[in-house]
Amino acid sequence: MRIRLRYRKLGKVRFTSHRDVARCWERAFRTSGLPVASTEGFSPRPKMHFGLALSTSHESLGEYLDLDLLDPESAAVDLDGLPEMLSAHLPVGIDIEAVTIIDRSAPSLQEAVTSCTWQIEIPGISTDDLRSAVHHVVSATTLPIVRERKGKPVSDDLRPGILRLEVLDPATAPADLAGAVLYAELATAPRSVRPSELMAVFDPPLQEGRVRRIQQLITDNGATREPLLPGAPLMVFAAASAI
Amino acid sequence: MNGLWPQIEPLLSRVSKPARYIGMEGGAQQPHHSPEKVAWLLAYPDTYEIGLPNQGLQILYEILNERSDAVAERTYAPWHDLEELLRERGIPLFSVDTHRSAADFDIFGFNLSAELTYTNLLNMVDLAGVPVRSADRGPEHPLIAAGGHCTYNPEPLADFLDLVVLGDGEEVVAEITEVVRDWKASGRMLGDRKGVLRSLAQIDGVYVPSMYRATYSGKEFTGLESLFDDVPDLVEKRTIADLADFPYPKQQLVPLTEVVHDRLNVEVFRGCTRGCRFCQAGMITRPVRERPAAQVRSMVADGLRRTGYDEVSLTSLSTADYSGIEALVTDIVDAAGDGPAITVALPSLRVDAFGVGIATQLQHGRRAGLTFAPEAGTWRMRQVINKLIREEDLYSAVEAAFSNGWRRVKLYFLTGLPTETDEDTLGIAELARNCVEIGRAHTRNPSVTVSVGGFVPKPFTPFQWFGQNTVEELQRKINLLRDATRRMHGVQVKWHDPKATQVEGIMSRGDRRIGAVIETVWRNGGTFQEWNERFELPLWLDAMAEHGLDPDWYTHRHRTEAEVLPWDHLSAGLHKDFLWQDWRDALNEVGLPDCRWTPCYDCGACTGYSIEHIVASATPPAGGSQGTGQDLASTWVPVSIRPSGDQVGAR
Repeated sequence: MRIRLRYRKLGKVRFTSHRDVARCWERAFRTSGLPVASTEGFSPRPKMHFGLALSTSHESLGEYLDLDLLDPESAAVDLDGLPEMLSAHLPVGIDIEAVTIIDRSAPSLQEAVTSCTWQIEIPGISTDDLRSAVHHVVSATTLPIVRERKGKPVSDDLRPGILRLEVLDPATAPADLAGAVLYAELATAPRSVRPSELMAVFDPPLQEGRVRRIQQLITDNGATREPLLPGAPLMVFAAASAI
Repeated sequence: MNGLWPQIEPLLSRVSKPARYIGMEGGAQQPHHSPEKVAWLLAYPDTYEIGLPNQGLQILYEILNERSDAVAERTYAPWHDLEELLRERGIPLFSVDTHRSAADFDIFGFNLSAELTYTNLLNMVDLAGVPVRSADRGPEHPLIAAGGHCTYNPEPLADFLDLVVLGDGEEVVAEITEVVRDWKASGRMLGDRKGVLRSLAQIDGVYVPSMYRATYSGKEFTGLESLFDDVPDLVEKRTIADLADFPYPKQQLVPLTEVVHDRLNVEVFRGCTRGCRFCQAGMITRPVRERPAAQVRSMVADGLRRTGYDEVSLTSLSTADYSGIEALVTDIVDAAGDGPAITVALPSLRVDAFGVGIATQLQHGRRAGLTFAPEAGTWRMRQVINKLIREEDLYSAVEAAFSNGWRRVKLYFLTGLPTETDEDTLGIAELARNCVEIGRAHTRNPSVTVSVGGFVPKPFTPFQWFGQNTVEELQRKINLLRDATRRMHGVQVKWHDPKATQVEGIMSRGDRRIGAVIETVWRNGGTFQEWNERFELPLWLDAMAEHGLDPDWYTHRHRTEAEVLPWDHLSAGLHKDFLWQDWRDALNEVGLPDCRWTPCYDCGACTGYSIEHIVASATPPAGGSQGTGQDLASTWVPVSIRPSGDQVGAR
């Protein structure tokens, strides 16, 4: 049985790396006794598949993990109780919120996710100044950047990857983020735009403060949904402001 | 309490490996501070990933937090990127548990395991806002304490440390806590810092450097005299009689980020009586105290269940020598039988087929590499260092390794040993070539890696009188070995930088005058000196010159029997005349057997403290003493056994 988990990564634990978190999951499977299937071979590893890696020190409300459970042992697993049970074996700040069974033939998270939404704290700038800076970026038809690929500089246009860019209303911005807060939807396919790349297209470049991934989204035939609930429509902006 | 966290947090996204600074490990204690409690800050003067696994600090962390009158937190050396940010903003060193300012603790307990970390100790004390020299500290400052193997010669740090603990820390931390608790309760009366230090100096195993004055005659160090009648002239180490009384750590810390030795570690015995003459650890931790097998089994089972690790290391100075090791290993493997696959690791493998047999039993799955430590290239040299491994022992081990599916063998050697000739150095190449040959019978591309370290003589070993090789001589020997192996297919040679060896030598046997050098190197930015990319020999040599000290005199000179050594006021139980005799025996190429299974030769470690070896089983490990298959009573063994004195047998 393959299941998909959605979890948060908030607070101090955000300073752990993607790799660190993967190891925490492995230990949690062992201490919790969850019957996770393993790879074959000399050094068997649990069969788990992460979505897009989250940068060290970024927080997230929407991280995903696909997990293969052993059959037939999986039949005895209480999926409703699983988020609470397994969260107790994970570091403080990593909390599983939801779980669902997915089809083994479902596309992987990395293939399926098309964009992510972000809240990015921008210290040292007023909300009005940030609004006007955002206006410049959004009005641009192209946003050329140079990045390194296989050791060679390659020029690229970031504009198509910026799907949405706004400044959060200070009244509705999350209380734990200080100052002006950007809300961005950045594409992950065909090529991924990182928050740090977004900062660099501003003139002058912005410094990111606390960065929080809000959601990972799958856009399929014009409909947008989150990875856990196939087919379910999503209130994108409402969810972003709810925290 | 979150202390400095709000100030530290914004800095962490700007530094490398920020998870070093967040704490939150599995097994971390919940420290509750109160004015009545003595607050300990246990410190490792290197990065988090090197320091966190330190078992000594983890043991004390639990023992102290179990007490109602103490609380303990931990700290590690911040990497220089964070250090710069902290200094820029005036943020002090902090604990990783609750991010409390280091200066708010009553006592720092540093673990000293390597000489090249000494400048980091000064840096951490300074970063805490505490004067680096003990003479400059007032009653408001924490007491700066140190323990660990390097404290058997603490003299280079004498000006910076308020107190030094010799030997096992499990019991003595309680006595120190009580003295500091009462001092705290008295309101740390102004000017009373000397008073509390004098009380601490009365505790067995505690050395307070400021209670002694060093005397010199020209270059010569002539001795240390205690300044007060109630301060002992000789400080003896502490030894816990029975490891079974201390099943710690009970909750080994499980870090969120990767560290060295990232696995469950269960100490199966402390002490070693193999008598390798270069090995300080084996000399200062005597006698052998084995943990009962049942306790080892339960610590392994509980630890794996609690931590979620899939690997456990059975730690000691020579784990295959644990009596009843085969039964223990079988039990552990059987107990893990139904559950998830568990790897059992032995940190040091004995150089014989028996050792490989155990490794074969343990290591299911991928068999990448096995490591052996013959330490020297010829039998003659190995007699000098008392590592009595015959070539056939090594070859049988290597044969067993390759025939059981291992493809890589790593061999550890020391170079710059007493009496070493080029024949001994070339003997290393010869052994490596023969090992590759053995491997060819079993695998197409056998690989033998030779790893060579420069020998640094250590206090309380028979080699403490030996003048270590110069950097140039060590490099010449390494080059000789490289040339000799250049055409040997399948042999790789790796070596440690001889320059670092020289600085280790200066501090290993230095006296109080070296303190000024350490301070100068630190002030000139010389931190993290054990990191290759940060080590700078000129910093050290310039500082030596600045203070009028001669590196040759400290490191490359043979000492005489009559010479007063800077650590003569300290005792690891070993009689100095035993060590001298063992030094003479070394030069005469005479070996000494393992006294766990043969009569006592009265080195002093047991007899002096009325303690004995404690073994878990009355059966010696297969292969007998030294694990070389040799029957010490028969005549074909080229080992001379000196007539023994008092008989204190194994219990």
